[in-house]
Amino acid sequence: MAEITLIEGIRQAMDEELARDERVFIVGEDVGPRGGVFRATLELFEKYGPERVIDSPLAELSIVGIGVGAALYGARPICEIQFADFIHPAFNQIVNEAAKMCYRSNGEWTVPMVIRAPYGGGIGGGLYHSQSVEAFFTHVPGLKVVIPSTPYDAKGLLKSAVRDPNPVMFFEPKKGYRLIRGEVPEEEEVLVPIGPAKVTRAGTDLSVFAYGMMHYYCLQAAEQVASEGIEVEVVDIRTLLPIDMDTLLGSVEKTAKALIVYEDNLTGGYGAEIAARLADQAFTMLDAPIKRLAGPDIPAMPYSHPLQDWFMPDPEKIAVAMRDLASY
Amino acid sequence: MALNKKLLKEMYATMLLARRLDERAWILHRQGKIAFHISGIGHEAAQVGAAFALERGKDWVVPYYRDLALMLAFGYSPRDFMLGLMGKKGEPTSGARQMPSHWSLRTANIVSHSSPVATQTPHASGIGLAIKLGGEDKVVLTSIGEGSTSQGEWYEGVNWAAIHKLPVIFLVENNVYAISVRQDQQMAVKQVADKAKGLGLPGESVDGLDAIKVHDVVAAAVDRARSGQGPTLIELKVSRMTPHSSDDDDRTYRPREEVEAMKALDPVPAFAALLLKQNTITQKDLDTLEAEIKEQVEEAVDHAESAPYPDVSEAAYPVYVEDIRHG
Repeated sequence: MAEITLIEGIRQAMDEELARDERVFIVGEDVGPRGGVFRATLELFEKYGPERVIDSPLAELSIVGIGVGAALYGARPICEIQFADFIHPAFNQIVNEAAKMCYRSNGEWTVPMVIRAPYGGGIGGGLYHSQSVEAFFTHVPGLKVVIPSTPYDAKGLLKSAVRDPNPVMFFEPKKGYRLIRGEVPEEEEVLVPIGPAKVTRAGTDLSVFAYGMMHYYCLQAAEQVASEGIEVEVVDIRTLLPIDMDTLLGSVEKTAKALIVYEDNLTGGYGAEIAARLADQAFTMLDAPIKRLAGPDIPAMPYSHPLQDWFMPDPEKIAVAMRDLASY
Repeated sequence: MALNKKLLKEMYATMLLARRLDERAWILHRQGKIAFHISGIGHEAAQVGAAFALERGKDWVVPYYRDLALMLAFGYSPRDFMLGLMGKKGEPTSGARQMPSHWSLRTANIVSHSSPVATQTPHASGIGLAIKLGGEDKVVLTSIGEGSTSQGEWYEGVNWAAIHKLPVIFLVENNVYAISVRQDQQMAVKQVADKAKGLGLPGESVDGLDAIKVHDVVAAAVDRARSGQGPTLIELKVSRMTPHSSDDDDRTYRPREEVEAMKALDPVPAFAALLLKQNTITQKDLDTLEAEIKEQVEEAVDHAESAPYPDVSEAAYPVYVEDIRHG
């Protein structure tokens, strides 16, 4: 089994899906000969040609709008938004068009498409190359929202997203693109179903729920506090919409304490929805208040290194939150 | 496609049906029987002229809300329209989820659209892209009002078709008003067709009250699109003879004389007069047609009035493809 990076998992998923289904095509900025600014589409242009790996004009709403049209006709577009921060011009196409098409046509028209976007900070990207935008889209019925945190899941979930008959938002932790490595089998096909969360570390003292880069950091923080005798159960949410409450509730039943970690700013972030659901459905299981560790409520992540570090939750900050909750 | 006598008669019948259904909708609104109507009165000749230049059943349409006549030409029935107005069960567009005149009919290649304007323009180009990738010779017609060409989505959609020479015809039904805002507050160019220059595709401006002229210009654009020469922007100068919608009062922003002048140029009776003059149709034919259409319209109203509302449980789905229920 080969150890690969998270972004190589993404690249392999697209390569395999392009080979499997001729309806699949990629559209986005610099996805062609350049192979994407992060190299997620490396060599795919050479392999599949300009009709299936299409460099778009520098206009994000058109990337999604063209994708919606092609999907209505029966194609299977993978739309790349270069940074999640640039997805906002396409908000109308995603929220008013892609997400509502099935409902508004009573199922006559559907939009099988994937919108990929790198998200998150920690790479010196400042306000506009660091944003976490998932909560805008988890508010929208009709979309599925997926965020992987391992190369295996990145590959397996993206392949499932391409095959999904609905519009799927697929956000990739860009700081983890080359930092997160993991084993992915070469011989067998890797498919991870959209939906289920995954317990990635078993523990008894508290449950920590996270996704993407924060999940990676939570595992590191859990390792730190384990040496102090605190056994943390870590759950990788993986699919944010629809949410797998069964796995979350199963974990809280065991630990009676819940911490949610996310990189987006605190207020109205995705963790708020989990906290609300746990307050409602896990009230009698809980021995402590539901806690959230998230980014601060400032407009976006600043550029300067110490200011960026102040914004980002990291393993040390997460370990502090774990100790606090464990001692409650 | 050359327009023979039979087709000319069919064109007139479609225009007249659209006009009578539209007038009936205004009455239903005044009677308090429907919540909303958005009108296409004054646009009929333009829409029918364009529709008859396409291969219906093969080509695709991505319409906008004033396209009643275009929709009737492509396969909507009077019943479909009336069920939509009243929000009744069996409405084929959306199962009565959408407001009236938000078209969609998969069997007729009519693509669903929403209310925020110009969102459909990139869809048309995306469909054109998929057609081109598949090596097919279908074309896509998409329509819009002139005010909506102010939207970035319109430019971005047309730009794609121009770059990739996609088989798309961008119709702009220019009635000079976007609700109350006149064209000179929407754009600095004298006519919408001039915008084509900046986007690198041919642009033409046509009298949209003349169905035959419209047909010929659209037919030429269809030929270009089908033969791989790319998209065309066609501006159809039409009249909006009514307020924007049943919620609008156009007396607050335009003089009555302007509307009266439009009525003198009404494209539907003008087309009947032309057919009479050409001896394509007789006065007796016209009278018979009028009676038949009146009957069709009333039958559709009765059908929709007696139809049940959708069951409330239907509001909960289909959010995802997995929830689609047929029947």
